[in-house]
Amino acid sequence: MSREGSFYQRDRSRHPPALTPDYKTSVLRSPRNALISLENTLSELTGPVFGHDIIGPLDNDLIRNYVHTGEPIGQRIIVYGRVLDESGRPVPDVLVEFWQANAGGRYRHKKETYLAPLDPNFGGCGRTITDADGAYRFRTIKPGAYPWPNRTNDWRPAHIHFSVFGHAFAQRLITQMYFEGDPMIWQCPIVATIPDRSAIEQLVAALDRNQTLHMDALAYKFDIVLRGRRSTLFENRLEGN
Amino acid sequence: MVQKLEYLKESASQTAGPYVHIGCTPNGCGIAGVYPADLGAGMLAPQTKGERILVKGRIVDGSGTPLRDALVEIWQADAAGLYNGRGEKRGEADAGFPGWGRQPTDAATGEFRFETIKPGRVPFVDGRLMAPHITFWIVARGINIGLHTRMYFADEAQANAEDPVLLRIEHKVRLQTLIAPRSEEGGLPVYIFDIRLQGHNETIFFDI
Repeated sequence: MSREGSFYQRDRSRHPPALTPDYKTSVLRSPRNALISLENTLSELTGPVFGHDIIGPLDNDLIRNYVHTGEPIGQRIIVYGRVLDESGRPVPDVLVEFWQANAGGRYRHKKETYLAPLDPNFGGCGRTITDADGAYRFRTIKPGAYPWPNRTNDWRPAHIHFSVFGHAFAQRLITQMYFEGDPMIWQCPIVATIPDRSAIEQLVAALDRNQTLHMDALAYKFDIVLRGRRSTLFENRLEGN
Repeated sequence: MVQKLEYLKESASQTAGPYVHIGCTPNGCGIAGVYPADLGAGMLAPQTKGERILVKGRIVDGSGTPLRDALVEIWQADAAGLYNGRGEKRGEADAGFPGWGRQPTDAATGEFRFETIKPGRVPFVDGRLMAPHITFWIVARGINIGLHTRMYFADEAQANAEDPVLLRIEHKVRLQTLIAPRSEEGGLPVYIFDIRLQGHNETIFFDI
């Protein structure tokens, strides 16, 4: 069955609204007019393709892709999962990018002001492309929590940023992954921009003891769901379904 | 009780944060040696077909201050109006033009710049032609979910006047927020597309 119709309407009750005053930066950066609804045209139904050939052998290994004097300090982890759509179908061959702070909660970025030290062997970025089953996997260091300038004592829970391309530009998504069991998830104003508790829980990766690397790394499972797409049945024509 | 609909739910968006460059443009933010180049940094090759243009602008917040930590992605058709990607069934797009670009806003000035080509026209869902346009997707610290908008070309007045998307926008006074004026810089046509997140002349953003 061909899945080339328009995308399911985005359920904005599970996404953060633009204006979330407890996350202060959103106040001046949030549009105040209603979004204009646009039925999907080819401009939204198409999307760029990234070939597996752009991926270097260490791109999905943050423990080794920035090595200068040795391996980075911190808890070694595997993060794995699948990119699915809302129909539960795998989304194969799509680019997934990730970035994060080091084990001490420090980002390698000139605007970063946290006093925790840089790790000379940790860059903090990686990428991969999903396989035919929509699966991806990478190895990294568990990031630390860190304080950030919002209210005077706000801390981000440990998290990894994800940028995901789907099969169409309408599926483009940036989100964050959190770690099972972290009490700070529920204290974070950025997490709390999400109005639905189950939508927050969907961003919390599960510790998976069955996927650990022996005497090496813990494992966390994080599935990502992109917008689902209609079959073309009934949309334009009955045939060709 | 009724039968259960077995749909999953889209993962919730979270802000790209202030350090989006680490993941998306690492070479541009001082993390060298991990990737050979930043994806989307260059869109043109010598063999790319079409009129070379520069698209630049700033993204300003509700106080008028430019965002110096945003990331902008664009997606556009080639000079013949074909997309070089999945979902394009009408023909083969120009292999020398990816159609997708990604740039940070400048850390000092807040300006973004895309060297690209002017796209051709693409049909709307009912077959009428849309005016040439470039899709923009903007993420940054303080933006909770990526913002979609479109840039149209001021020198395409006739095409813009019959564009099915522009035609359905009720508040005509807002239309000019989507239309970039054309000027010139060093012999190159330049379109300036300033994006206002909030306040007077707030840019039109789409729920696609």
